[in-house]
Amino acid sequence: MSAPLLRIAGLRKAFGAVVASDGIDLDLAEGEVHALIGPNGAGKTTLIGQLAGEIRPDSGRIVFRGRDITALPAHTRAARGLARSFQITSLLPGMSALDNVALAVQAHAGHSFRFWRPASDEAAIREPAREALARVGLAHRMDMSAAALAHGEQRQLEIAIALASQPRLLLLDEPTAGMGAEDGARMVALLESLRGAVTMLLVEHDMDTVFALAERISVLVNGKIIASGAPAAIRGDPNVRRAYLGEEDA
Amino acid sequence: MVRRGLLLGGLSLALALPPLAAAVGLDYVVGIAARILIFALAGVSLNLILGYGGMVSFGHAAFFGTGAYVVAILGHHASAGDALVTWPFTIGGSDLAVIAWPMAMLVCGVLALVIGAICLRTSGLYFIMITLAFAQMLYFFFVALEPYGGDDGLSLAHPSRAWPIDLSDDRQFYYLVLALLLVILYLMRRLIASRFGLVLRGIRENERRMQAMGFATYRYKLAAFVISGAVAGLAGALIANHTEFVSPSFLDWRRSGEILVVVILGGMGTLYGPVAGAIAYLMLEEVLARWTEHWMIILGPLLVLVVLYAKQGLWGAVEKLSARR
Repeated sequence: MSAPLLRIAGLRKAFGAVVASDGIDLDLAEGEVHALIGPNGAGKTTLIGQLAGEIRPDSGRIVFRGRDITALPAHTRAARGLARSFQITSLLPGMSALDNVALAVQAHAGHSFRFWRPASDEAAIREPAREALARVGLAHRMDMSAAALAHGEQRQLEIAIALASQPRLLLLDEPTAGMGAEDGARMVALLESLRGAVTMLLVEHDMDTVFALAERISVLVNGKIIASGAPAAIRGDPNVRRAYLGEEDA
Repeated sequence: MVRRGLLLGGLSLALALPPLAAAVGLDYVVGIAARILIFALAGVSLNLILGYGGMVSFGHAAFFGTGAYVVAILGHHASAGDALVTWPFTIGGSDLAVIAWPMAMLVCGVLALVIGAICLRTSGLYFIMITLAFAQMLYFFFVALEPYGGDDGLSLAHPSRAWPIDLSDDRQFYYLVLALLLVILYLMRRLIASRFGLVLRGIRENERRMQAMGFATYRYKLAAFVISGAVAGLAGALIANHTEFVSPSFLDWRRSGEILVVVILGGMGTLYGPVAGAIAYLMLEEVLARWTEHWMIILGPLLVLVVLYAKQGLWGAVEKLSARR
Protein backbone atom coordinates (compact mmCIF):
# COMPACT_ATOMS: atom_id res chain seq x y z
CA MET A 1 0.00 0.00 0.00
CA SER A 2 1.26 3.46 -0.85
CA ALA A 3 1.88 6.04 1.87
CA PRO A 4 -1.34 7.42 3.32
CA LEU A 5 -2.52 10.88 2.29
CA LEU A 6 -3.04 11.78 5.92
CA ARG A 7 -1.48 10.16 8.94
CA ILE A 8 -2.48 11.07 12.47
CA ALA A 9 -0.17 9.64 15.13
CA GLY A 10 -0.64 9.81 18.89
CA LEU A 11 -2.65 13.03 18.79
CA ARG A 12 -3.50 14.37 22.24
CA LYS A 13 -5.42 17.45 23.26
CA ALA A 14 -6.82 18.23 26.68
CA PHE A 15 -8.94 21.20 27.75
CA GLY A 16 -8.28 21.25 31.47
CA ALA A 17 -9.48 17.91 32.79
CA VAL A 18 -11.38 17.08 29.61
CA VAL A 19 -9.31 14.98 27.24
CA ALA A 20 -10.78 15.65 23.81
CA SER A 21 -8.16 13.69 21.89
CA ASP A 22 -6.60 10.84 23.80
CA GLY A 23 -3.86 9.39 21.62
CA ILE A 24 -5.60 9.26 18.25
CA ASP A 25 -3.99 7.24 15.45
CA LEU A 26 -5.64 7.27 12.05
CA ASP A 27 -4.53 6.86 8.43
CA LEU A 28 -6.45 8.07 5.43
CA ALA A 29 -5.64 6.55 2.02
CA GLU A 30 -5.72 8.71 -1.10
CA GLY A 31 -9.23 8.78 -2.56
CA GLU A 32 -11.11 7.14 0.29
CA VAL A 33 -14.25 8.42 1.93
CA HIS A 34 -13.79 8.00 5.63
CA ALA A 35 -16.49 8.71 8.17
CA LEU A 36 -15.82 9.68 11.75
CA ILE A 37 -18.70 8.94 14.07
CA GLY A 38 -19.18 9.06 17.79
CA PRO A 39 -21.54 10.36 20.45
CA ASN A 40 -21.80 14.07 21.28
CA GLY A 41 -18.73 15.30 23.10
CA ALA A 42 -16.54 12.50 21.79
CA GLY A 43 -14.07 15.04 20.36
CA LYS A 44 -14.92 14.90 16.66
CA THR A 45 -14.97 18.64 16.05
CA THR A 46 -11.83 19.08 18.14
CA LEU A 47 -10.10 16.55 15.90
CA ILE A 48 -11.24 18.42 12.77
CA GLY A 49 -10.04 21.65 14.37
CA GLN A 50 -6.59 20.16 14.91
CA LEU A 51 -6.44 18.83 11.36
CA ALA A 52 -7.50 22.20 9.94
CA GLY A 53 -4.93 23.99 12.10
CA GLU A 54 -7.24 26.01 14.32
CA ILE A 55 -6.45 24.05 17.47
CA ARG A 56 -2.88 23.20 18.46
CA PRO A 57 -2.53 19.62 19.79
CA ASP A 58 -0.68 19.02 23.06
CA SER A 59 1.31 16.21 21.50
CA GLY A 60 1.32 13.87 18.53
CA ARG A 61 1.86 14.42 14.82
CA ILE A 62 -0.19 15.12 11.74
CA VAL A 63 1.45 14.19 8.44
CA PHE A 64 -0.22 15.34 5.24
CA ARG A 65 1.13 14.39 1.81
CA GLY A 66 4.34 13.19 3.43
CA ARG A 67 5.00 16.42 5.32
CA ASP A 68 4.60 17.09 9.01
CA ILE A 69 2.00 19.84 9.24
CA THR A 70 1.44 19.72 13.01
CA ALA A 71 2.92 23.17 13.61
CA LEU A 72 1.58 24.90 10.49
CA PRO A 73 -1.14 27.56 10.69
CA ALA A 74 -4.54 27.03 9.08
CA HIS A 75 -3.88 29.11 5.97
CA THR A 76 -0.69 27.22 5.12
CA ARG A 77 -2.47 23.89 5.43
CA ALA A 78 -5.23 25.18 3.17
CA ALA A 79 -2.57 26.21 0.66
CA ARG A 80 -1.27 22.63 0.67
CA GLY A 81 -4.62 21.21 -0.32
CA LEU A 82 -6.58 20.78 2.86
CA ALA A 83 -10.08 22.27 2.69
CA ARG A 84 -12.89 22.18 5.18
CA SER A 85 -16.54 22.89 5.64
CA PHE A 86 -17.79 24.06 8.99
CA GLN A 87 -20.33 22.42 11.27
CA ILE A 88 -22.03 25.76 11.69
CA THR A 89 -22.29 27.40 8.29
CA SER A 90 -19.37 29.76 7.88
CA LEU A 91 -19.56 31.98 4.84
CA LEU A 92 -18.87 35.57 3.84
CA PRO A 93 -22.50 36.60 4.38
CA GLY A 94 -22.48 40.07 2.83
CA MET A 95 -20.81 38.97 -0.39
CA SER A 96 -22.29 37.27 -3.43
CA ALA A 97 -22.12 33.50 -3.79
CA LEU A 98 -19.76 34.01 -6.70
CA ASP A 99 -17.43 36.25 -4.66
CA ASN A 100 -17.41 33.65 -1.89
CA VAL A 101 -16.17 30.99 -4.27
CA ALA A 102 -13.94 33.35 -6.27
CA LEU A 103 -12.02 34.15 -3.09
CA ALA A 104 -11.42 30.46 -2.52
CA VAL A 105 -9.99 30.20 -6.05
CA GLN A 106 -7.98 33.37 -5.54
CA ALA A 107 -6.47 31.96 -2.35
CA HIS A 108 -4.77 29.32 -4.47
CA ALA A 109 -3.78 31.57 -7.37
CA GLY A 110 -0.70 33.23 -5.94
CA HIS A 111 -0.65 36.19 -3.57
CA SER A 112 -3.41 38.75 -3.58
CA PHE A 113 -1.28 41.87 -3.23
CA ARG A 114 -2.74 43.11 -6.49
CA PHE A 115 -4.21 46.52 -6.16
CA TRP A 116 -5.16 47.71 -9.61
CA ARG A 117 -7.08 45.33 -11.81
CA PRO A 118 -10.75 44.75 -10.91
CA ALA A 119 -11.11 41.22 -9.50
CA SER A 120 -14.43 40.81 -11.28
CA ASP A 121 -12.66 41.05 -14.65
CA GLU A 122 -10.28 38.19 -13.97
CA ALA A 123 -11.58 35.27 -16.01
CA ALA A 124 -8.88 32.98 -14.59
CA ILE A 125 -10.52 33.41 -11.18
CA ARG A 126 -14.17 33.82 -12.12
CA GLU A 127 -14.43 30.85 -14.50
CA PRO A 128 -13.32 28.14 -12.03
CA ALA A 129 -15.56 29.80 -9.44
CA ARG A 130 -18.57 29.58 -11.76
CA GLU A 131 -17.73 25.94 -12.47
CA ALA A 132 -17.57 25.09 -8.77
CA LEU A 133 -20.94 26.76 -8.22
CA ALA A 134 -22.45 24.87 -11.15
CA ARG A 135 -21.06 21.62 -9.77
CA VAL A 136 -22.96 22.00 -6.50
CA GLY A 137 -26.08 23.20 -8.30
CA LEU A 138 -25.93 26.88 -7.41
CA ALA A 139 -25.29 28.37 -10.85
CA HIS A 140 -28.62 30.20 -10.72
CA ARG A 141 -27.78 31.79 -7.34
CA MET A 142 -24.42 33.25 -8.38
CA ASP A 143 -25.21 36.92 -7.76
CA MET A 144 -27.24 36.46 -4.61
CA SER A 145 -25.58 37.36 -1.33
CA ALA A 146 -24.63 34.34 0.74
CA ALA A 147 -26.82 35.57 3.59
CA ALA A 148 -29.91 35.52 1.35
CA LEU A 149 -29.51 31.86 0.37
CA ALA A 150 -31.66 29.14 1.92
CA HIS A 151 -30.01 26.99 4.59
CA GLY A 152 -29.51 24.00 2.28
CA GLU A 153 -28.04 26.27 -0.39
CA GLN A 154 -25.63 27.75 2.12
CA ARG A 155 -24.38 24.26 2.91
CA GLN A 156 -23.93 23.63 -0.81
CA LEU A 157 -22.03 26.90 -1.08
CA GLU A 158 -19.72 25.67 1.69
CA ILE A 159 -18.91 22.66 -0.45
CA ALA A 160 -18.39 24.85 -3.52
CA ILE A 161 -15.91 26.99 -1.56
CA ALA A 162 -14.06 23.88 -0.45
CA LEU A 163 -14.04 22.44 -3.98
CA ALA A 164 -12.90 25.67 -5.59
CA SER A 165 -9.50 25.32 -3.98
CA GLN A 166 -9.09 21.91 -5.68
CA PRO A 167 -8.25 20.23 -2.41
CA ARG A 168 -6.60 16.86 -1.90
CA LEU A 169 -8.42 16.33 1.35
CA LEU A 170 -11.83 17.60 2.28
CA LEU A 171 -12.78 17.81 5.96
CA LEU A 172 -16.56 17.83 6.21
CA ASP A 173 -17.97 18.66 9.61
CA GLU A 174 -21.59 17.51 9.55
CA PRO A 175 -22.41 18.56 5.99
CA THR A 176 -26.09 17.62 6.35
CA ALA A 177 -26.57 19.29 9.74
CA GLY A 178 -29.94 20.98 10.05
CA MET A 179 -31.09 19.88 6.61
CA GLY A 180 -34.45 18.46 5.67
CA ALA A 181 -34.73 15.09 3.93
CA GLU A 182 -34.71 16.55 0.44
CA ASP A 183 -31.68 18.83 0.95
CA GLY A 184 -29.92 16.02 2.78
CA ALA A 185 -30.39 13.67 -0.14
CA ARG A 186 -29.09 16.31 -2.53
CA MET A 187 -25.98 16.79 -0.37
CA VAL A 188 -25.35 13.02 -0.26
CA ALA A 189 -25.65 12.87 -4.05
CA LEU A 190 -23.24 15.80 -4.36
CA LEU A 191 -20.66 14.17 -2.09
CA GLU A 192 -21.17 10.87 -3.90
CA SER A 193 -20.29 12.61 -7.18
CA LEU A 194 -16.95 13.65 -5.68
CA ARG A 195 -15.96 10.13 -4.72
CA GLY A 196 -12.57 9.18 -6.09
CA ALA A 197 -11.74 12.76 -7.07
CA VAL A 198 -11.24 14.00 -3.51
CA THR A 199 -10.33 12.23 -0.30
CA MET A 200 -12.97 12.99 2.32
CA LEU A 201 -13.06 12.83 6.08
CA LEU A 202 -16.67 13.11 7.06
CA VAL A 203 -17.98 13.84 10.54
CA GLU A 204 -21.63 12.95 10.61
CA HIS A 205 -24.41 12.10 13.00
CA ASP A 206 -26.88 10.86 10.45
CA MET A 207 -26.21 7.14 10.09
CA ASP A 208 -28.00 6.88 6.74
CA THR A 209 -25.58 9.42 5.31
CA VAL A 210 -22.61 7.65 6.88
CA PHE A 211 -23.50 4.23 5.55
CA ALA A 212 -24.41 5.64 2.14
CA LEU A 213 -21.04 7.32 1.65
CA ALA A 214 -18.30 5.88 3.81
CA GLU A 215 -15.87 3.22 2.65
CA ARG A 216 -14.34 3.10 6.08
CA ILE A 217 -15.66 4.24 9.42
CA SER A 218 -13.83 5.16 12.62
CA VAL A 219 -15.65 5.41 15.91
CA LEU A 220 -14.48 8.05 18.37
CA VAL A 221 -15.55 7.75 22.01
CA ASN A 222 -14.12 9.91 24.80
CA GLY A 223 -11.22 11.02 22.62
CA LYS A 224 -10.20 7.48 21.63
CA ILE A 225 -10.80 5.60 18.43
CA ILE A 226 -12.37 2.38 19.62
CA ALA A 227 -12.92 0.81 16.21
CA SER A 228 -11.98 1.46 12.63
CA GLY A 229 -12.93 -0.54 9.55
CA ALA A 230 -15.42 -1.26 6.80
CA PRO A 231 -19.06 -0.29 7.46
CA ALA A 232 -20.18 -3.93 7.80
CA ALA A 233 -17.48 -4.64 10.39
CA ILE A 234 -18.35 -1.52 12.37
CA ARG A 235 -22.02 -2.40 12.33
CA GLY A 236 -21.19 -5.78 13.79
CA ASP A 237 -18.57 -4.66 16.31
CA PRO A 238 -19.90 -5.38 19.82
CA ASN A 239 -17.80 -2.61 21.39
CA VAL A 240 -19.25 -0.08 19.00
CA ARG A 241 -22.76 -1.33 19.57
CA ARG A 242 -22.28 -1.01 23.28
CA ALA A 243 -20.62 2.38 23.21
CA TYR A 244 -22.58 4.05 20.56
CA LEU A 245 -24.60 2.59 17.75
CA GLY A 246 -27.57 0.89 19.32
CA GLU A 247 -27.04 1.29 23.00
CA GLU A 248 -30.60 0.43 23.95
CA ASP A 249 -30.71 -2.91 22.11
CA ALA A 250 -27.18 -4.05 22.88
CA MET B 1 -29.83 58.21 -10.52
CA VAL B 2 -29.85 59.89 -7.12
CA ARG B 3 -26.32 58.74 -6.53
CA ARG B 4 -25.06 59.91 -9.88
CA GLY B 5 -26.84 63.25 -9.56
CA LEU B 6 -25.35 63.85 -6.13
CA LEU B 7 -21.85 62.94 -7.28
CA LEU B 8 -21.97 65.17 -10.36
CA GLY B 9 -23.72 67.96 -8.47
CA GLY B 10 -21.25 67.70 -5.60
CA LEU B 11 -18.25 67.74 -7.90
CA SER B 12 -19.58 70.73 -9.86
CA LEU B 13 -20.27 72.61 -6.67
CA ALA B 14 -16.82 71.76 -5.33
CA LEU B 15 -15.21 73.05 -8.52
CA ALA B 16 -17.32 76.19 -8.64
CA LEU B 17 -17.12 77.00 -4.93
CA PRO B 18 -14.23 79.54 -4.88
CA PRO B 19 -15.62 81.83 -7.62
CA LEU B 20 -19.13 81.48 -6.17
CA ALA B 21 -17.88 82.38 -2.71
CA ALA B 22 -16.02 85.38 -4.11
CA ALA B 23 -19.13 86.51 -5.99
CA VAL B 24 -21.21 86.66 -2.81
CA GLY B 25 -18.35 88.02 -0.73
CA LEU B 26 -17.96 84.99 1.52
CA ASP B 27 -14.31 84.24 0.78
CA TYR B 28 -13.73 82.64 4.17
CA VAL B 29 -15.96 79.75 3.08
CA VAL B 30 -13.14 78.47 0.85
CA GLY B 31 -10.96 77.92 3.89
CA ILE B 32 -13.73 76.01 5.66
CA ALA B 33 -14.30 73.91 2.55
CA ALA B 34 -10.61 73.03 2.37
CA ARG B 35 -10.77 71.90 5.99
CA ILE B 36 -13.80 69.74 5.20
CA LEU B 37 -11.98 68.12 2.29
CA ILE B 38 -8.94 67.39 4.47
CA PHE B 39 -11.15 65.68 7.05
CA ALA B 40 -12.82 63.81 4.23
CA LEU B 41 -9.38 62.55 3.20
CA ALA B 42 -8.64 61.46 6.77
CA GLY B 43 -12.03 59.73 6.81
CA VAL B 44 -11.31 57.99 3.50
CA SER B 45 -8.07 56.65 4.97
CA LEU B 46 -9.80 55.33 8.09
CA ASN B 47 -12.64 53.90 6.01
CA LEU B 48 -10.22 51.54 4.27
CA ILE B 49 -9.49 49.68 7.49
CA LEU B 50 -12.73 50.40 9.38
CA GLY B 51 -15.31 50.14 6.61
CA TYR B 52 -13.69 47.64 4.28
CA GLY B 53 -11.41 45.75 6.64
CA GLY B 54 -13.60 45.70 9.75
CA MET B 55 -10.77 47.00 11.95
CA VAL B 56 -12.10 49.55 14.43
CA SER B 57 -9.08 51.75 15.02
CA PHE B 58 -9.53 54.33 17.74
CA GLY B 59 -6.11 55.82 17.17
CA HIS B 60 -6.23 57.22 13.69
CA ALA B 61 -5.38 60.73 14.84
CA ALA B 62 -1.89 59.38 15.61
CA PHE B 63 -1.16 59.23 11.89
CA PHE B 64 -3.06 62.42 11.11
CA GLY B 65 -1.13 64.33 13.78
CA THR B 66 2.23 62.77 13.00
CA GLY B 67 1.84 63.68 9.33
CA ALA B 68 1.17 67.27 10.40
CA TYR B 69 4.24 67.26 12.68
CA VAL B 70 6.50 65.91 9.93
CA VAL B 71 5.65 68.91 7.74
CA ALA B 72 5.97 71.34 10.64
CA ILE B 73 9.29 69.96 11.88
CA LEU B 74 10.85 69.79 8.41
CA GLY B 75 9.63 73.34 7.77
CA HIS B 76 10.98 74.49 11.13
CA HIS B 77 14.50 73.29 10.27
CA ALA B 78 14.26 74.70 6.77
CA SER B 79 13.59 78.19 8.08
CA ALA B 80 16.16 77.87 10.89
CA GLY B 81 18.67 76.58 8.35
CA ASP B 82 19.97 73.86 10.67
CA ALA B 83 19.94 70.10 10.42
CA LEU B 84 17.23 67.78 11.69
CA VAL B 85 19.65 64.90 12.19
CA THR B 86 23.44 65.11 12.21
CA TRP B 87 24.34 61.50 12.94
CA PRO B 88 25.00 59.04 11.28
CA PHE B 89 24.31 61.28 8.32
CA THR B 90 23.00 64.78 8.00
CA ILE B 91 19.36 65.38 7.17
CA GLY B 92 18.27 68.96 6.78
CA GLY B 93 14.78 70.41 6.90
CA SER B 94 12.63 71.12 3.89
CA ASP B 95 9.71 73.37 3.14
CA LEU B 96 9.11 71.84 -0.30
CA ALA B 97 5.78 70.05 -0.62
CA VAL B 98 7.27 67.45 -2.96
CA ILE B 99 9.68 66.41 -0.22
CA ALA B 100 7.80 67.10 3.02
CA TRP B 101 4.44 65.58 2.03
CA PRO B 102 5.73 62.24 0.72
CA MET B 103 7.96 62.21 3.80
CA ALA B 104 4.86 62.61 5.99
CA MET B 105 3.28 59.66 4.18
CA LEU B 106 6.43 57.58 4.50
CA VAL B 107 6.89 58.29 8.20
CA CYS B 108 3.22 57.51 8.89
CA GLY B 109 3.37 54.38 6.76
CA VAL B 110 6.37 53.09 8.73
CA LEU B 111 4.69 54.09 11.98
CA ALA B 112 1.54 52.21 10.91
CA LEU B 113 3.69 49.19 10.06
CA VAL B 114 5.11 49.11 13.58
CA ILE B 115 1.85 49.90 15.40
CA GLY B 116 -0.18 47.63 13.12
CA ALA B 117 2.24 44.73 13.49
CA ILE B 118 1.53 44.76 17.21
CA CYS B 119 -2.14 45.82 17.30
CA LEU B 120 -3.28 43.38 14.63
CA ARG B 121 -2.33 40.46 16.86
CA THR B 122 -5.48 41.38 18.76
CA SER B 123 -9.01 41.94 17.52
CA GLY B 124 -12.36 43.34 18.58
CA LEU B 125 -12.42 45.40 21.74
CA TYR B 126 -8.73 44.75 22.42
CA PHE B 127 -7.85 46.20 19.03
CA ILE B 128 -9.84 49.36 19.82
CA MET B 129 -8.07 49.77 23.16
CA ILE B 130 -4.55 49.07 21.93
CA THR B 131 -4.82 51.48 18.98
CA LEU B 132 -6.09 54.08 21.42
CA ALA B 133 -3.14 53.32 23.72
CA PHE B 134 -0.61 53.80 20.94
CA ALA B 135 -2.21 57.08 19.90
CA GLN B 136 -2.04 58.34 23.48
CA MET B 137 1.62 57.30 23.71
CA LEU B 138 2.38 59.38 20.63
CA TYR B 139 0.30 62.23 22.02
CA PHE B 140 2.45 62.35 25.14
CA PHE B 141 5.57 61.93 23.05
CA PHE B 142 4.78 65.17 21.24
CA VAL B 143 3.75 66.86 24.50
CA ALA B 144 7.22 66.06 25.83
CA LEU B 145 8.99 67.06 22.62
CA GLU B 146 10.29 70.40 23.93
CA PRO B 147 12.54 71.30 20.97
CA TYR B 148 9.38 71.47 18.86
CA GLY B 149 7.23 73.39 21.27
CA GLY B 150 6.01 70.53 23.44
CA ASP B 151 2.57 71.29 24.76
CA ASP B 152 2.46 74.71 23.07
CA GLY B 153 2.82 73.28 19.58
CA LEU B 154 4.81 74.60 16.68
CA SER B 155 3.99 77.29 14.13
CA LEU B 156 4.87 77.07 10.48
CA ALA B 157 6.71 80.10 9.15
CA HIS B 158 4.81 79.66 5.90
CA PRO B 159 2.99 76.86 4.06
CA SER B 160 4.98 74.32 2.03
CA ARG B 161 6.38 75.54 -1.27
CA ALA B 162 4.63 73.82 -4.14
CA TRP B 163 5.73 75.82 -7.16
CA PRO B 164 3.86 76.87 -9.30
CA ILE B 165 1.06 76.73 -6.76
CA ASP B 166 1.00 79.28 -3.96
CA LEU B 167 -0.40 77.47 -0.96
CA SER B 168 -0.80 80.64 1.08
CA ASP B 169 -3.55 81.53 -1.36
CA ASP B 170 -6.77 79.99 -0.03
CA ARG B 171 -8.21 79.21 -3.42
CA GLN B 172 -5.08 77.55 -4.81
CA PHE B 173 -4.72 75.52 -1.64
CA TYR B 174 -8.36 74.48 -1.87
CA TYR B 175 -8.02 73.27 -5.45
CA LEU B 176 -4.89 71.30 -4.63
CA VAL B 177 -6.65 69.59 -1.71
CA LEU B 178 -9.64 68.83 -3.93
CA ALA B 179 -7.37 67.34 -6.61
CA LEU B 180 -5.54 65.16 -4.07
CA LEU B 181 -8.83 63.95 -2.60
CA LEU B 182 -10.12 63.01 -6.06
CA VAL B 183 -6.90 61.15 -6.89
CA ILE B 184 -7.02 59.23 -3.60
CA LEU B 185 -10.71 58.42 -4.12
CA TYR B 186 -9.92 57.05 -7.56
CA LEU B 187 -7.05 54.93 -6.20
CA MET B 188 -9.29 53.66 -3.39
CA ARG B 189 -11.93 52.69 -5.91
CA ARG B 190 -9.41 50.65 -7.86
CA LEU B 191 -8.01 49.10 -4.72
CA ILE B 192 -11.38 48.08 -3.29
CA ALA B 193 -12.41 46.34 -6.52
CA SER B 194 -9.05 44.59 -6.90
CA ARG B 195 -8.00 41.19 -5.62
CA PHE B 196 -6.58 42.88 -2.56
CA GLY B 197 -9.83 44.72 -1.90
CA LEU B 198 -11.86 41.54 -2.27
CA VAL B 199 -9.63 39.81 0.28
CA LEU B 200 -9.98 42.76 2.65
CA ARG B 201 -13.78 42.70 2.41
CA GLY B 202 -13.73 38.94 2.90
CA ILE B 203 -11.76 39.39 6.12
CA ARG B 204 -14.34 41.89 7.34
CA GLU B 205 -17.10 39.37 6.66
CA ASN B 206 -15.48 36.30 8.24
CA GLU B 207 -11.78 36.18 9.00
CA ARG B 208 -11.80 32.57 10.17
CA ARG B 209 -13.35 31.51 6.89
CA MET B 210 -10.70 33.38 4.95
CA GLN B 211 -7.95 31.58 6.87
CA ALA B 212 -9.57 28.22 6.18
CA MET B 213 -9.57 29.17 2.49
CA GLY B 214 -5.83 29.69 2.68
CA PHE B 215 -5.36 33.44 3.21
CA ALA B 216 -2.69 34.67 5.59
CA THR B 217 -5.14 37.33 6.76
CA TYR B 218 -2.68 39.10 9.06
CA ARG B 219 -0.51 40.24 6.14
CA TYR B 220 -3.45 41.67 4.24
CA LYS B 221 -4.77 43.50 7.26
CA LEU B 222 -1.33 44.90 7.99
CA ALA B 223 -0.92 46.09 4.39
CA ALA B 224 -4.27 47.86 4.58
CA PHE B 225 -3.30 49.40 7.91
CA VAL B 226 -0.07 50.77 6.40
CA ILE B 227 -1.85 52.24 3.36
CA SER B 228 -4.45 53.76 5.66
CA GLY B 229 -1.77 55.27 7.90
CA ALA B 230 0.12 56.76 4.98
CA VAL B 231 -3.00 58.41 3.54
CA ALA B 232 -3.89 59.76 6.98
CA GLY B 233 -0.35 61.17 7.05
CA LEU B 234 -1.07 63.02 3.81
CA ALA B 235 -4.24 64.45 5.34
CA GLY B 236 -2.11 65.53 8.30
CA ALA B 237 0.41 67.21 6.01
CA LEU B 238 -2.46 69.15 4.47
CA ILE B 239 -4.00 70.21 7.77
CA ALA B 240 -0.61 71.52 8.93
CA ASN B 241 -0.53 73.69 5.82
CA HIS B 242 -4.10 74.77 6.41
CA THR B 243 -3.70 75.85 10.03
CA GLU B 244 0.02 76.72 9.70
CA PHE B 245 0.32 75.41 13.21
CA VAL B 246 0.56 71.99 14.81
CA SER B 247 0.17 70.86 18.41
CA PRO B 248 -0.25 67.61 20.31
CA SER B 249 -4.03 68.20 20.22
CA PHE B 250 -3.86 67.00 16.61
CA LEU B 251 -3.20 63.52 18.04
CA ASP B 252 -5.75 63.75 20.80
CA TRP B 253 -8.15 60.82 21.23
CA ARG B 254 -11.04 63.20 20.61
CA ARG B 255 -9.60 63.83 17.17
CA SER B 256 -9.56 60.07 16.56
CA GLY B 257 -13.20 60.07 17.64
CA GLU B 258 -14.03 62.84 15.18
CA ILE B 259 -12.53 60.91 12.29
CA LEU B 260 -14.53 57.86 13.40
CA VAL B 261 -17.70 59.96 13.49
CA VAL B 262 -16.99 61.27 10.00
CA VAL B 263 -16.77 57.71 8.68
CA ILE B 264 -19.73 56.31 10.63
CA LEU B 265 -22.00 59.28 9.87
CA GLY B 266 -21.12 59.19 6.19
CA GLY B 267 -21.23 55.43 5.79
CA MET B 268 -18.66 52.78 6.62
CA GLY B 269 -17.62 50.67 3.68
CA THR B 270 -18.95 53.06 1.06
CA LEU B 271 -16.48 54.87 -1.18
CA TYR B 272 -17.94 58.37 -0.86
CA GLY B 273 -19.33 57.95 2.65
CA PRO B 274 -16.45 59.66 4.45
CA VAL B 275 -16.74 62.66 2.12
CA ALA B 276 -20.46 62.97 2.87
CA GLY B 277 -19.69 62.44 6.55
CA ALA B 278 -17.03 65.16 6.64
CA ILE B 279 -19.33 67.64 4.90
CA ALA B 280 -22.23 66.85 7.23
CA TYR B 281 -20.17 66.79 10.43
CA LEU B 282 -18.08 69.91 9.88
CA MET B 283 -20.97 71.93 8.45
CA LEU B 284 -23.12 71.00 11.42
CA GLU B 285 -20.28 71.96 13.73
CA GLU B 286 -19.85 75.25 11.87
CA VAL B 287 -23.55 76.12 11.94
CA LEU B 288 -24.48 74.77 15.34
CA ALA B 289 -21.40 76.13 17.10
CA ARG B 290 -22.39 79.61 15.97
CA TRP B 291 -25.77 79.05 17.54
CA THR B 292 -24.76 77.40 20.80
CA GLU B 293 -21.51 76.25 22.33
CA HIS B 294 -23.28 73.04 23.40
CA TRP B 295 -23.65 71.95 19.78
CA MET B 296 -22.73 68.38 20.72
CA ILE B 297 -26.18 68.12 22.36
CA ILE B 298 -27.68 68.20 18.88
CA LEU B 299 -25.00 66.26 17.06
CA GLY B 300 -24.98 63.41 19.61
CA PRO B 301 -28.61 62.33 19.17
CA LEU B 302 -28.26 62.81 15.42
CA LEU B 303 -25.41 60.34 15.36
CA VAL B 304 -27.42 57.89 17.45
CA LEU B 305 -30.26 58.11 14.92
CA VAL B 306 -27.92 57.51 11.99
CA VAL B 307 -26.35 54.49 13.68
CA LEU B 308 -29.78 53.09 14.57
CA TYR B 309 -31.62 53.67 11.32
CA ALA B 310 -29.02 53.94 8.58
CA LYS B 311 -26.41 51.28 9.19
CA GLN B 312 -24.38 52.46 6.25
CA GLY B 313 -24.71 56.11 7.07
CA LEU B 314 -25.71 58.97 4.81
CA TRP B 315 -24.10 57.61 1.68
CA GLY B 316 -25.46 54.15 2.35
CA ALA B 317 -28.95 55.69 2.34
CA VAL B 318 -28.20 57.39 -0.99
CA GLU B 319 -27.07 54.09 -2.51
CA LYS B 320 -30.17 52.35 -1.23
CA LEU B 321 -32.35 55.02 -2.80
CA SER B 322 -30.53 54.68 -6.11
CA ALA B 323 -30.82 50.90 -6.08
CA ARG B 324 -34.57 51.12 -5.61
CA ARG B 325 -35.16 53.21 -8.71
